[in-house]
Amino acid sequence: MKFTFSWLKQHLDTSVSLTDICAKLTALGLEVEGVEDPGEKLAPFIVAHLVEAVQHPNADRLRVCTVDTGREKLQVVCGAPNARGGIKVVLARPGDVIPATGEVLKKGVIRDVESQGMMCSARELGLGDDHDGIIELPADAPVGASFASYAGYDDPVIEINLTPNRPDCAGVHGIARDLAAAGMGALKTIDASPVKAVEPARIKVALDFPAGDKSCPHFVGRLIRNVKNRPSPEWMQKQLRAVGLRPISALVDITNYLTVDCMRPLHVFDANKIKGDLWVRPAQGGETFDALNGKKYIMEKGMTVIGDDTGVLSLGGIMGGAGSSCDNATVDVFIEAAYFDPVRTALTGRALQISSDARYRFERGVDPLFTQLGAEVATKFILDLCGTPETVVGELVIAGQAPVVERPIALEIGKCLKHTGVDVAAGEQEKILTTLGFDVRHKDGKLSVIAPSWRPDIEGDADLVEEIIRVKGYEYIPAVSLQRPQAVTASAIDAADYRLTAARRALASQGLMEAVTWSFMPGTIAACFGGVADALRLVNPISSDLDVMRPSILGNLIQAAKRNADRGFAEAALFEIGPVFRDQTPEGQSMIATALRAGATPRHWAQPVRAVDAYDAKADALAALAAAGAPVASLQITADAPAWYHPGRSGSLRLGPTVLAFFGEIHPSVLAACDAAGPMAGCEIFMANIPAARATGTAKPLLKLDALQPVSRDFAFVVGRDITAAKLIKAVRDADKNLIRDVSVFDVYQGDKVEAGKKSIAVSVTLQPADKSLTDAEIDAIAAKIAASVAKVTGATLRG
Amino acid sequence: MAEAARPVENTPISSGDLDALKTEFAAAVAAADSIAALDDIRVSALGKKGRITDMMKTLGSLPPDERKNRGAALNVLKDEIAAAIDARHKILADTALAEKLARESIDVTLAPRPAANDGRVHPISQTIDELVTIFASMGFSVAKGPDIESEYYNFEALNLPSSHPARDMQATFFLPGSAQAGGDKMVLRTQTSPVQIRTMKAQKPPIRIIAPGRTYRCDYDMTHTPMFHQIEGLVIDQSTHMGHLKGCLLDFMRAFFGIDDLPIRFRPSYFPFTEPSAEIDIGCKRPKGGKGELKLGNYGDWLEIGGCGMVHPNVLRNCGLDPDAYQGFAFGMGIERMAMLKYGIPDLRTFFDADLRWLKHYGFVPLDIPNPALKG
Repeated sequence: MKFTFSWLKQHLDTSVSLTDICAKLTALGLEVEGVEDPGEKLAPFIVAHLVEAVQHPNADRLRVCTVDTGREKLQVVCGAPNARGGIKVVLARPGDVIPATGEVLKKGVIRDVESQGMMCSARELGLGDDHDGIIELPADAPVGASFASYAGYDDPVIEINLTPNRPDCAGVHGIARDLAAAGMGALKTIDASPVKAVEPARIKVALDFPAGDKSCPHFVGRLIRNVKNRPSPEWMQKQLRAVGLRPISALVDITNYLTVDCMRPLHVFDANKIKGDLWVRPAQGGETFDALNGKKYIMEKGMTVIGDDTGVLSLGGIMGGAGSSCDNATVDVFIEAAYFDPVRTALTGRALQISSDARYRFERGVDPLFTQLGAEVATKFILDLCGTPETVVGELVIAGQAPVVERPIALEIGKCLKHTGVDVAAGEQEKILTTLGFDVRHKDGKLSVIAPSWRPDIEGDADLVEEIIRVKGYEYIPAVSLQRPQAVTASAIDAADYRLTAARRALASQGLMEAVTWSFMPGTIAACFGGVADALRLVNPISSDLDVMRPSILGNLIQAAKRNADRGFAEAALFEIGPVFRDQTPEGQSMIATALRAGATPRHWAQPVRAVDAYDAKADALAALAAAGAPVASLQITADAPAWYHPGRSGSLRLGPTVLAFFGEIHPSVLAACDAAGPMAGCEIFMANIPAARATGTAKPLLKLDALQPVSRDFAFVVGRDITAAKLIKAVRDADKNLIRDVSVFDVYQGDKVEAGKKSIAVSVTLQPADKSLTDAEIDAIAAKIAASVAKVTGATLRG
Repeated sequence: MAEAARPVENTPISSGDLDALKTEFAAAVAAADSIAALDDIRVSALGKKGRITDMMKTLGSLPPDERKNRGAALNVLKDEIAAAIDARHKILADTALAEKLARESIDVTLAPRPAANDGRVHPISQTIDELVTIFASMGFSVAKGPDIESEYYNFEALNLPSSHPARDMQATFFLPGSAQAGGDKMVLRTQTSPVQIRTMKAQKPPIRIIAPGRTYRCDYDMTHTPMFHQIEGLVIDQSTHMGHLKGCLLDFMRAFFGIDDLPIRFRPSYFPFTEPSAEIDIGCKRPKGGKGELKLGNYGDWLEIGGCGMVHPNVLRNCGLDPDAYQGFAFGMGIERMAMLKYGIPDLRTFFDADLRWLKHYGFVPLDIPNPALKG
């Protein structure tokens, strides 16, 4: 919402400075977004008198002018066709910045004649498109005066960011009312007294809605005949231009002016283009309408239209039609002032995607009691600006009635203190509400308040509290620290969130960089990760490659790794902890920790380079699980994983039937679908599947230290290639569950030195005697049991 | 050099000869340039057939008085020679070790083996951890809600009916169909505020929660991303008012930014789910001419950082709470904005690009865990 300072002063009698007005507007909730003072750019230019203009000696189209500034006479060379002696002009002197070009004017010599200034065109001053000649000011323009002040261009334009709850402040009058309530001046009244009609209404209006349809409950019209449409006066054009509206003609400008001035959108029809009477009705659907913006619209059923015998003339509350609009030939004008329903207006505007100043106001809610008054104000403007001795004012034609329900709101005097912490005295509360136009009565220690018709946002006592504290000033609200309810409270985060936090720090400690990527992904890539249900395809994606809710984070990380590779960083180690989506329900969304490594280990003098592999991914998964409190020692590892992993180089970490994580190399065809180069290895950790820790108190189990030294023995088994380490280790452990404390694989060999189809697995077995040290014979006996157990389960032989 | 230490004369015995012997061995020890040479000297002097040993053997043949004196003198000589040998031995051993260590020297300028733990925590996660830590100290706990919400939770229950003009203000992502029996459309939540509704429906006051999380709006330009993060706060009881809201946010802002005198300003505004509503401004200083960094603090200028207000009576009613019995406040802030201001991150869009250089630079080492014992 834009308005000029002078426009505001037409509604507010004030001597407060612009700066203070702006500060108060923001403090009232009418946030000032900007103040532009066009006078600043025009400040250097002065009114001057072109004394005489003589032909330039060396150029046919130039004249050498003598220009009087009131203090001195300057010689100015000018090429404008209208430069002639006796006129008043706008003069720029050397050193002035020309607004249109931003350049500094310099003294010059044009064809051997010195020029000490420039007479400006409207375009050069940024005031319009006219550059056919220099500006000619009226003969009485005071020589030497500031052009900006003389011409009224020293009027700052204030723009406020209007919140949707304040339609009343979509008019300058409403803004002035708020300022008046806040002590910034006195609100002036709008003269809306009736204009005497001299003939009965010639055009009738009927509201033709089904019962209960409140789309247009009130319509006021008036025919005024024999007017003369012409350009609106300069002061009105200036105000309209200042707020970004293009002056068209007096009849149209009046409607635009009153829309901004008193939040009363109006429409004017050329009465001679109306065939028969007017009908305000819901559209049947399918009718077409040529709007004033030059576009053709097809009506949907139920949209409010104003029509005559021939069809749709106007889209109620949104835009008039091209066919019935006023132009310079208009002599009979029909004024429309109506109340259009906010919801209906919003739905229609949204459906047809029409933005207009009228829609903006009707969908927020215009003052339903200003409909008839608005028609009277418009009548006066038309008579003033377009009236002729033959002008005939018709009677108002009124259909329906204003949709006003007065509902008193009870406000406890203490409510303001209880809700804001500010004790505003009863009298002050009453005064604030009254100056805002509320009807306030004292009743049984309460205020009984009726909101003015222009405040559709006021529903209950909380709204009244806001009015009081807003006008009183939010700066009065004290800052009171919250008291913590008790010394020891429950954890601020639950176990599930703690697991996420711990896994996050653990994965970062694994050397992975945490990324945050979109919850969306391209449908084509989602297809590689099991696809998505149709219910997870966005109706209005931001772009075609972010069109589905992600079923997996891996695809986003693979794309991220690719982006990094494209920047020259092929070795990426990334993770993300975030949601993936299975369906639309809250249960269909779960938090997954996902890690991805791409490329190779860094080249380094101390260690060989190797490609990332499934074991890296497994280590990441185990680190996150361990940090999150999963019983990693009890996990089963199975060689199965979803199809987006390498089928032979991937696995699952399970706890019984529950999968805690998948890990492995990414399937080459998935990398290809993401247009990414491998190898890449990743893991997906299902944080919600980690079992909750049993509540065992804070004490750790008692530590029992073995008195005797452990004994280590190494074994190398030759087994079939399909025998897993886990199977072999279990066979070792089963040989003596009491004595064998630990089994670890320290070498795996596949190659020439073992039989084809076989591999060698070397394990170190730790024996922990309990009561007495083991003799060599006892150790040998256990070694034999181990060899036998492993041989039985895996068919292994001891390597010679 | 072992040559010089070789014993030459075995007799006669006099006190003068002991001095000569001492001098001789001292010279030999000093001249010894290896542990082996020193061992030879030790043997030749103190060994079973060494010269001092031999002289000890002759003591028996001496008269008692002389034997006593001679014996004492020999013992002194023996200790002196042994001490000299030990001292020399230490020097030679030290030298030998020093030479060995010198040969073992490495190039310390080489890079160490790469640390496996050089990862980073994303600034958004770090900021959320910081927010949670501060609000936890004020008695808040974390509440959660789904990213895919029904229009009811995201709009209607928050006093935003479908005809509301503010519905147009939030470009909403829609999902097809409806997961709910009521035929309510499903959307990506445009704000964390639906968690307010879920919390108030699930739990009776007193309520004191925050809800950080992902939010979505169909908007993508210099200052908007289709996904971003917000933190919601909600306090409901029987007496919490706007002064508590101001105090809570003032305390939080000062703790989060680590600025003791950071001022806060409330400006009236409009949110459908609060009444009265306020924009939250914090003090700042804008760079002159638009160049340089914005600085937070008590400088007279203001920066908008979030919205807040007293929970609207309609919202309380929608959650089954009587607005005459219960009251409280809600606030919302953008987490990226908080992170950008605190950590000087210039561009919103970079948060979601996963550029390794950016993550390394703006990310946090894993052990940098927000600690209430430390100042913001």
